[in-house]
Amino acid sequence: MKINRELCDICGSCVAVCPVDAISVSEFCVTINQDKCIECGNCQQVCPAKAISGVNK
Amino acid sequence: MISQNYDIVVIGAGPAGSVAARFAAEQGARVLMLERDREAGIPVRCAEGVSHAGITPFIEINPKWIAAKIDSACLHSPDGDKAYMYNNGTGYVLERRIFDTELCNLAIEAGVEMLTKANAIGLEYTDEKITGVRYKHFGEIKIANCSIVIGADGVESRVGRWAGINTTLALNDIDTCVQYTVSGLDFELETCHFYFGKEVSPGGYIWIFPKSGNTANIGIGISGDLAADKGPKAYLDEFMERTFPDAKVNYTVFGGVPTAWGLKEYIKDNIMLVGDAARQVNPITGGGIVQGMIAARIAGQVAADSIKAGNQSRKFLLRYKKEWDTRLGKAQKTMYSMKERFMKMDDPKFNKLVQLCKSIPKEDFSLKKLFSVAMKGDPLLVAEIAKAFVISKIK
Repeated sequence: MKINRELCDICGSCVAVCPVDAISVSEFCVTINQDKCIECGNCQQVCPAKAISGVNK
Repeated sequence: MISQNYDIVVIGAGPAGSVAARFAAEQGARVLMLERDREAGIPVRCAEGVSHAGITPFIEINPKWIAAKIDSACLHSPDGDKAYMYNNGTGYVLERRIFDTELCNLAIEAGVEMLTKANAIGLEYTDEKITGVRYKHFGEIKIANCSIVIGADGVESRVGRWAGINTTLALNDIDTCVQYTVSGLDFELETCHFYFGKEVSPGGYIWIFPKSGNTANIGIGISGDLAADKGPKAYLDEFMERTFPDAKVNYTVFGGVPTAWGLKEYIKDNIMLVGDAARQVNPITGGGIVQGMIAARIAGQVAADSIKAGNQSRKFLLRYKKEWDTRLGKAQKTMYSMKERFMKMDDPKFNKLVQLCKSIPKEDFSLKKLFSVAMKGDPLLVAEIAKAFVISKIK
């Protein structure tokens, strides 16, 4: 999964739906740990800013 | 590495965090509260509506954090009809940035030590027991030793995950939201508006919370499982174009609101979760400020008691769960089952509800009246939604 940081508002919705705890968030950015990510697409679906891509649902 | 000793470390300085910290400190506990951002209450990710009755136990009403006083709600049906509801108690639209800061001030007055720009990055363990919090503060990694951690780190809570608590929300248990704070409008100050319908806001609603005569928070929440093809912003933009084509958007905020009934597990040895982190949000309205504060007060007091008793076991801390269940936890499950039914409701049902509400004269409006009218008109509908929307008030 890829995050477009220009669109990301750091709201944390993606973190809440990640089933494998692959996403972390700081004051400045959201980071997806690609080694943990299972590409389920949950984060992409709930992202209100449409900042995440990678899965064709 | 710098390390300091406390009894309790609270992670997150929103309403839940600062209330938990305050009530623990009032009982004599040494409390540190960590806030990731540079100040509490910012950025505001909230529609900012609360009920008077809900917040008065926690803070004295002060005009400086009240943007508008609300005395009615107006429901808009998918077919364009609308109905006003009164006699539901006073509500407020807050200025969260000021409100949250005031709550922090109360915590600090009670003896809480607060750090901003302090990003918690992990828990410290000794012999498999939580003994502290690791955090970054101005580029430096520090450790705060403590006997209890209270996770109040919001919808994105990671504190629970660090402790092995499963906080993952299913897609139908999160609303994906966008809110515009707009100006250039002209509308009634005392009324909150809610718009429903499959085409308007699938599995959720659009809200208008006035902040002054010409500014308002206008936002949308749609159910996460219905957001695959079209996101909340697309729906909100259509609504704005239809309803307020001349409105100016001052700022935009994105966010997620948990709409689960709660969490199965949110207490373990030496750790408790509160507020959005524990999914203590009204699953129908999405309101979480008052819910979070109620839970946080219980958690703060139980944490302080556990320090006095020298016992931070899960078993001791379960007093928090017991009290929360009595106070609101059980009601949350009822609300959740109503949410599930509400999600299945079609547009004609919403139209019917609004018709029923409308048939009651304004000055005569009361819960009792609504129920009696609705019982005659469509008893099933009463069971399905009237309760949910009217009883839950604006939270």
